[in-house]
Amino acid sequence: MAMTNEEVFEKVQEVLVDALGVDDDEVTPTATLTNDLGAESIDFLDIVFRLEQAFEIKIEQGELFPDNVLQDEEYVKDGQVTDKGLSELKARMPHADFAEFEKDPAVDKVGEIFTVDAVVKFVQSKLS
Amino acid sequence: MRWMWIDRILELDEGKRCVTVKNVSLAEEHLRDHFPRNERRDSKPTHPAPLMIEAMAQTAGILVGHARQFKEKVILAKIGKATFDCDVSPGMTLFFEANIIRMDDAGASTTGTISLMDHTMGSTERRVIGQVDLMFSHIDQNMRGLEFPEHNFVFTDQFFDLMRNSGIAVG
Repeated sequence: MAMTNEEVFEKVQEVLVDALGVDDDEVTPTATLTNDLGAESIDFLDIVFRLEQAFEIKIEQGELFPDNVLQDEEYVKDGQVTDKGLSELKARMPHADFAEFEKDPAVDKVGEIFTVDAVVKFVQSKLS
Repeated sequence: MRWMWIDRILELDEGKRCVTVKNVSLAEEHLRDHFPRNERRDSKPTHPAPLMIEAMAQTAGILVGHARQFKEKVILAKIGKATFDCDVSPGMTLFFEANIIRMDDAGASTTGTISLMDHTMGSTERRVIGQVDLMFSHIDQNMRGLEFPEHNFVFTDQFFDLMRNSGIAVG
């Protein structure tokens, strides 16, 4: 039987609590993994591994967090994500909400895209 | 120079499991300086927990490196969990068992148990006294595109000597 949105969220919450050592109540849908929950680069790999185990899914490298986009000179200029870079990010991350980020697409703000809700939507898309 | 905190590899099941052993000796210099005291007992030389984490990192690191023929530079990136149930004294023997949970191009996660054989108990029974879960990065595969020296500075001759001395074939 398919999991409900709430069940997916609860399991994602559990994964993030274990991976990042945060409290349940900190893991809200709008919380960002880096700014609010303190995730560092290696934590993203940890989160991917734990999601795979928790949901019995396979996640390819860069599928959930395509941060290699930001290493491409075509996609980043003067500390800002270019239009082409933004399009690439959107294509690679259909599970994320870019509304806020688009207003000021600075590279150092890219962490704002990685919200708990984006992770939940990603898992839902994998499960479906 | 790297201190090895394991004495010998007992088992190495490629890509799955590695078991190592360490005999804690009073001759080791760090035991002259590490005499913690707590509410249960007076101070006595005690093998420090961080060195048991390092021993597990060496055990699991060998396991992860061996799985890819030591072509990757395997770096300890995260200690997910480290729990210890009792003090370890000179004369005791520690066993470190590491298992790979997941591995891909970017790195690996491992789970591990530490067991203790207390020779004063008159038996060879091993008692689990701790758990250490770790994450390793294959640093040449980092997504930030950072570059590192070409030679594998992680797996030095010390590791390969340890493997040979444990009866494990090296490349």
